[in-house]
Amino acid sequence: MSAGLAYALAGVLLFCLGLQALLAQAHVLRKILALNIMASGSFLALVGLAQRGGVPDPVPHALVLTGIVVAVSSTAFALALLRRLAAESGRTTLDRDPAP
Amino acid sequence: MIARLGVLALAAALAWAVLEPAPDRVELAPRVAAALHDTGAAHPVTAVLLGFRAYDTLLEVVVVLLAVLAAAAAPAGAGAGAAPPAPASAVLRAFANALVPVMLLTAGYFLWAGSTQPGGAFQAGAVLAAAGVLLRLAGVTTPLDVEHPGVRVGLVAGPAVFLAVFLSGALPELLLLVETLLTVSIAAALLGLFAAARR
Repeated sequence: MSAGLAYALAGVLLFCLGLQALLAQAHVLRKILALNIMASGSFLALVGLAQRGGVPDPVPHALVLTGIVVAVSSTAFALALLRRLAAESGRTTLDRDPAP
Repeated sequence: MIARLGVLALAAALAWAVLEPAPDRVELAPRVAAALHDTGAAHPVTAVLLGFRAYDTLLEVVVVLLAVLAAAAAPAGAGAGAAPPAPASAVLRAFANALVPVMLLTAGYFLWAGSTQPGGAFQAGAVLAAAGVLLRLAGVTTPLDVEHPGVRVGLVAGPAVFLAVFLSGALPELLLLVETLLTVSIAAALLGLFAAARR
């Protein structure tokens, strides 16, 4: 097994750990962190698969570079939304609204 | 329990997909290498980012800009009760003093190296923004105000000039100019996001 494949499998593991946390954790901050871990896992899988043939394939590398910046931006926006949610309702979970 | 089993099944399926060799793989690396001289970049990743997939990169910078706008439009509100920042320790200030000049140098190097080696606007912008965050945490600077006209020009300059140069077809010749402005815009956007998320 080449090193690239090992990285890709580690990326799969990270993605699934993040997915499990996204489903299991109620706190929105933990969900945001879980989404970040899922994103990191998919980046690792893409970069790993891109160099399993020895010579790195530049196209997935460029895609990952783009993805990292978008992931950082969306995380910051999600954090701003979470702070707004906490300020408006005092809640940090996404439970259904209590019945009026 | 069901969710856990589902995640395990997904993990197994993804691992199988990774291990299974693709039946008819298209080798992109030789194609990129063959068309490298058309883009004005000497490094394949830069060539893909600013040449073959320039639309992707342009729209990505616009996404970052949109994220700044959205984060600035969703302030935590009056009741957020953001704790006043604790005064920075002397250690942190000394650390920032020592590190920030090196970070600026590194960002400049990444920008310059981007055309021939791994590096480029995104890496340089990220390092620049990290230096700004460090200065902010050390209490040296005030939060970046995205409503300041100069900051707005800095935010928009990268994508605007990128689009103009891209449409005029002079991208291969003006690659370094576009990369420099993109660095400034990305760094400003990341700092603006940091300021908005902390407010």
